[in-house]
Amino acid sequence: MGYKTIIGLEIHVELMTKSKIFCSCTNEFGGEANTHCCPICLGLPGALPSLNEEVIQYGIKSGIAFNSKINQKTKMDKKNYFYSDLVKGYQTSQDDIPLCQGGYIEIEDENGPKKVHLTRIHIEEDTGKSIHTESGDTFLDYNRAGVPLIEIVSEPEMNSAEEARLFLEKLRATLKYIEVSDCKMEEGSLRCDININVIDNETGKKTNISEIKNLNSFRAAVRSIEYEEERHIGLLKEGKNTSKETRRWDEVESKTILMREKGAAADYRYAVDGDILPIEISDEWVDRIKSSLPELPHAKKERFIRDYELSEYDAEVLTQSRDLALFYENTLKHIDDPKLVSNWIMGDVLRRLNEEDLEIDSLKFSAKDLADLISLVRDGKINNNTGKKVLREMFESGKSPDTIVKEKGLVQISDEGELSSIIDKILDDNQQSIEDFKNGKDRAIGFLMGQIMKESKGKANPQVVNKILMEKIKER
Amino acid sequence: MIEKLEKREISSRQIIEAHIARIEEVEKDINAFISLDKEGALKEADLIDGKIKNGEELGILAGVPIGIKDNIITKDFKTTAASKMLENFQPPYDATVVARIKESQGIIIGKNNLDEFAMGGSNRTSYFGHVKNPLDRERVPGGSSGGSAAALAAREIPLSLASDTGGSIRQPASYCGVVGLKPTYGTISRYGLMPLSNSLDQIGVMARDVKDALLLLNSISGYDKLDTTSTKTDTRISIDEKTLLDDIKGLKIGLPREFFQNDIDKSIKSEIDKSINKFIEAGAIVEEVSLPHVKYSPEIYMVLCYGDASSNMARFDGIRYGYRAEDYESLDELYIKTRSESLGYEVKKRILLGTYLLSENRGEEYFKKAQKLRSLLIEDFNQVFSSYDIILTPTSPVLPHYINKEKPYYRDFAEAVNIAGLCGISLPCKDGLPIGLQLIGDRFKDEKIIKAAMAYERMVE
Repeated sequence: MGYKTIIGLEIHVELMTKSKIFCSCTNEFGGEANTHCCPICLGLPGALPSLNEEVIQYGIKSGIAFNSKINQKTKMDKKNYFYSDLVKGYQTSQDDIPLCQGGYIEIEDENGPKKVHLTRIHIEEDTGKSIHTESGDTFLDYNRAGVPLIEIVSEPEMNSAEEARLFLEKLRATLKYIEVSDCKMEEGSLRCDININVIDNETGKKTNISEIKNLNSFRAAVRSIEYEEERHIGLLKEGKNTSKETRRWDEVESKTILMREKGAAADYRYAVDGDILPIEISDEWVDRIKSSLPELPHAKKERFIRDYELSEYDAEVLTQSRDLALFYENTLKHIDDPKLVSNWIMGDVLRRLNEEDLEIDSLKFSAKDLADLISLVRDGKINNNTGKKVLREMFESGKSPDTIVKEKGLVQISDEGELSSIIDKILDDNQQSIEDFKNGKDRAIGFLMGQIMKESKGKANPQVVNKILMEKIKER
Repeated sequence: MIEKLEKREISSRQIIEAHIARIEEVEKDINAFISLDKEGALKEADLIDGKIKNGEELGILAGVPIGIKDNIITKDFKTTAASKMLENFQPPYDATVVARIKESQGIIIGKNNLDEFAMGGSNRTSYFGHVKNPLDRERVPGGSSGGSAAALAAREIPLSLASDTGGSIRQPASYCGVVGLKPTYGTISRYGLMPLSNSLDQIGVMARDVKDALLLLNSISGYDKLDTTSTKTDTRISIDEKTLLDDIKGLKIGLPREFFQNDIDKSIKSEIDKSINKFIEAGAIVEEVSLPHVKYSPEIYMVLCYGDASSNMARFDGIRYGYRAEDYESLDELYIKTRSESLGYEVKKRILLGTYLLSENRGEEYFKKAQKLRSLLIEDFNQVFSSYDIILTPTSPVLPHYINKEKPYYRDFAEAVNIAGLCGISLPCKDGLPIGLQLIGDRFKDEKIIKAAMAYERMVE
């Protein structure tokens, strides 16, 4: 390839703390406009911020999960700019000493594992929301003002849309694992900005960085990167360059659109926020948070491979979300066959969930129900195909597999006497097939099996049928 | 007054009525108030009279009329900061100090005039007109708490609550011949004080004597969870008046030579010398000391305060409350017109300078240097306080100037007390003269300067 793409990401994540960052207003998505507000989050003159300790704690959690260094002494700074959804005329954020410094997220694609390093993670307040109407009016909702955020900044170390996607997936999975955010992009609790440019490997010529703002899905992120990659390369080929600019992704047009050119870098006139005491973080506090963290995705995956002898791929998929991993392990509590359970979940369960775009926590049945179903199949009570039918029914009604099997009379026939009479009937009706088999046509067995299954309404135990059938053919 | 009230020699209503009468008599000329709440005050007074009748226990400020500087937030009562920007601003909450005054049953009679957003030292930048000095109505009352000081001097109120970022309580107290106390940073919650410079601002108390000032101080000081910079240590001060003069014996007082040089007015120098002699006669040990970096305090102040002020003023954008320009085409135009039309010259000047001082290229040059000098100045004070109990200086090196004349140029170091987070009190050298004596104490040693100030009052009685 003649060109190298360079991607850095900035991700804003709303934290799931009970209250906002500087006041006791509820930190809840939505609500009637301007009802989750008080003098503090509205920035009324004279109101003072009290930094919510939970926010620092969540920030530290994230830092630990992403292998960052936690700064023992940090502070809050004012970032000055004017916008109507910014109540104080400055955003309280962190400038030169972020809560967490460095760190990395490990991603893995067909080229193997790769560490994408983080520059920093800092805490700050969210702004209100501007709602622009078609008639040109702007309405302001300050419910979101003062919602706590972490901003995660990556180094420009990703080189493809796929790497960026993997990075984002891993980041989201981890943040959900440690329960600092619900990461719902559709509600804006995870927002992503992309910085991208391209280098011509031969000439070393670089395009100027484009910033793409406010992507509202990973898909949009991937597509906008692909679009920009092409745009930058196209310009280089024409001997031109991009301008330093901010763009946005237009879903309908499937392209990025210029928002504004970036002239000289904005001067935010950062200064310490004198209303908030310097923050001191003891080793003991960090240790306490560390020991309270749940097992992280990477460690869990390693353990699944080691303890359950799963493949790299299966372990990766099963640990993608904490809930899925938990469901898997809960199923194992009732049936001790890791590989078999993995097959069922990776196969029919996830396929169905993906088809309907659902999460594991929306299942109508429990891990025990799934374990019972798998046991029924494994123990020959029902056959594999019936098992799949029962699972579909479980998705629909949430009934237990035992109930479904009983209600529909699906119990497998394993009784040799009962099966013998069915088999005799089929053999009597299909003399030709017996001949064919004896003449070396193995296919004939398949046909006979099919007829027997049909006769038994699919309930015949295939292993038992197979055994009796072979004996009986030999006898004839 | 409280005593008379408790003994039922006078009713709460009579107290309030008398003060309203006095206000009506002089206010037209003095202009110490921006708004008054006569009806509300009378209603409160009747409630207190009811409590007295029923023999209920009274709060420590019960029935006392109090003026509040109009940059301190009062719920549902106009709070203007003397600016056109907030001419009709009715805040939905109370400052912590206001809530505490109400709990102590003090009666808020009105909001005092000040320099716009507390920016100024002569009370001539108020949108609601300048304040006259009751001691000499041709002269300024000082600022920014000029209305508070003038209202006390004109006997319109006995107590007032003000704020001091760089001398804004002490200097007008000195100009109007009253007592002004700026306690140690963190003693009184700033929640509800419109910020000028967050690490320098401090609410303080003003009165006609130290004892009254202490009464108000004790009713509002102490930790507030809404201001995380407020102190958790016990701030209540109780003073044994019997031993006041005895305790002066052996008190070590430092006279920083920097405060007695150059610009000091001769009449002030001679009055302060007399005061110093009184302390010596009472047995204090008075020695000259030096604060080598104090001479930089106006510059440190300018960088820190203007920088903060520029961002603190940014919230006044015409979007959510306050003044909004009528015609605008874009958001930028809304901001520009709103702020151009509603903020005064001094405020604009500080916003512009502060914006410049904080800008990326200047931050290093000015801000870091100011921070460094601030540390050096604090170190100077630590040195002195390691061997002296208090520091004595003139509050202002000059007499109040004439309202219709330009402010003369002089350097004063009132800001040094704020920069170092110390406590300072200004008290009249002598009745009837606008010359103030300033006593400065170490952080959280407010009791020392209050005791010395009360003892001084005894000495000159």
